[in-house]
Amino acid sequence: MNAFKDAGHIFRLVAVFVVGTLVFFGMRAFLVPKSFGQYGHYRGDALAEVAGRPVNFAGHQACEDCHSDVLEKKKSGRHAHVNCEACHGALAKHADDPGSVQPAKLDTAVLCVRCHEANIAKPKGFPQVVSADHSSGMPCDTCHQPHSPSIETAETAKAATKATTGGTK
Amino acid sequence: MSVTRRHLLLLLPAAAIAWKHVLAGTPEVSPNYKLSEHWWSMLIDLPKCIGCGNCVRACQTENDVPDGYFRTWVERYHVTDYDIENPHVDSPDGAKEGFPPSKEQGGKNFFVPKLCNHCADSPCTQVCPVGATFISPDGVVLIDKKYCLGCRYCVQACPYGCRFINPKTETAEKCTLCYHRITKGLTTACCEACPTGARQLTDLKNPSDPIHEFLKTHSVQVLKPYMATHAKVFYNGLDGSVR
Repeated sequence: MNAFKDAGHIFRLVAVFVVGTLVFFGMRAFLVPKSFGQYGHYRGDALAEVAGRPVNFAGHQACEDCHSDVLEKKKSGRHAHVNCEACHGALAKHADDPGSVQPAKLDTAVLCVRCHEANIAKPKGFPQVVSADHSSGMPCDTCHQPHSPSIETAETAKAATKATTGGTK
Repeated sequence: MSVTRRHLLLLLPAAAIAWKHVLAGTPEVSPNYKLSEHWWSMLIDLPKCIGCGNCVRACQTENDVPDGYFRTWVERYHVTDYDIENPHVDSPDGAKEGFPPSKEQGGKNFFVPKLCNHCADSPCTQVCPVGATFISPDGVVLIDKKYCLGCRYCVQACPYGCRFINPKTETAEKCTLCYHRITKGLTTACCEACPTGARQLTDLKNPSDPIHEFLKTHSVQVLKPYMATHAKVFYNGLDGSVR
C-alpha cells in the first residue's frame, strides 16, 4: 500500500481522463447524426434530402402520355426533338392536376426569336432570321405552326400569303 | 402510473430526440433507385448550342436559384484569327435572356454552356472542413445545406467558378445535376429544356447509354484537364480558347 501512499494526485488525474473520455464519447453519440459516415465523411441522410425536392419540369414523357396528338404532329417536323417544356415552360403542376392548372398561351413573337434570331455565334446550319426583316413584327404563328414549322403544303402557303398581303389575293 | 418529477426529467431528453426525428420528417426515397448502379455525367455537344439560354432559365425555375446567381450559364466566345489565348468572352446575365447580336464581326464565334463538372476528384469537397459537401456514391457533387457553415472555402477551391453563396441561406450552392429528378428517372431541367440536344445527361455505368459510343467516336474534352479534377462534363468540339 505504501507504493500508493502519495499517489492520490495520479488517481485524480486518471479519473479526470476517464470522465473526459466518457464525456467525449457521450457528446459524440449525441451530437453526430446517425447517418454520418453511412457512405463517407458526410451525412447520408443529406442524399435523400437533396433528392426530396419537388419537381417543376414534368418531363416530356408525362406530356406525351396525354398529348399524343401533338406528338404525332411534331414527329414529322423540324421540332420533333424539341421537348414540350422547352417552349411551354415548367408544367409539372399541370401534369399533376390538368384540370385546374392550365398552361399560359405563348406569344410566338417573343418565343421563337429566342432560338431563331440571327447571331454570328450560332451554328451555321441552324435556321436563323433577322426577325425585323423577316416578319416585320408579325407573330411567327401567322405563317409557321410551331409544332411543325416548315411551310410546305399548298394550304399553309396560301394561308401565309393571305396573311402577309392582308387577304387581298 | 404516476410520473414523478424524477421520471419526467429522465424522459425529457428522450422525448427531445424523438421530436427532432418527427420534425425532420421521412425523406422521400425513390424505391427503385440504386446508388451503386449509376455514375452520372453530362455531355455538351458544342456545335449544337445556339445560346438561347433555355437551360439557364430552366435551371432557375427548377431550383429556385436567386436572381444574379447561376448554377449553369452560357458564355459567348469571340476569337480573332490566331489569338486563341485572348478570347473575348461575354455572358450577359448568364445568358438568362439569350444573347444580343454580336458587336464583333468575323473571327470565330461560338457558345459554351457551363455548369458544375461533377469532378470525380473534386477540389471543393476536399477543402470542406465539416463534411458538408461530398461526392455521392452515384457520382454527383452535392451540398448538405444543414451542415454547411458558409465558410466559402469551396467557392474559392472550385477551378470552374461553379459555386456561390446563396444570399438567403448563407450556405454554399451549386448544380446538383437535378439530383431530385435523376433519382426519379427524369433528366435534368436544363437537358429537358434544351431545344437542340446540346446537353445530354449521361450515365457512365449504364452500358446501353449512347455516351460510350459517342466518347469512342468523337474528339471530346473536359475543361482544365491539367487540374486533374477528373471532370465528368464532357465537351464535344471544345475550342482551345475556352478556359
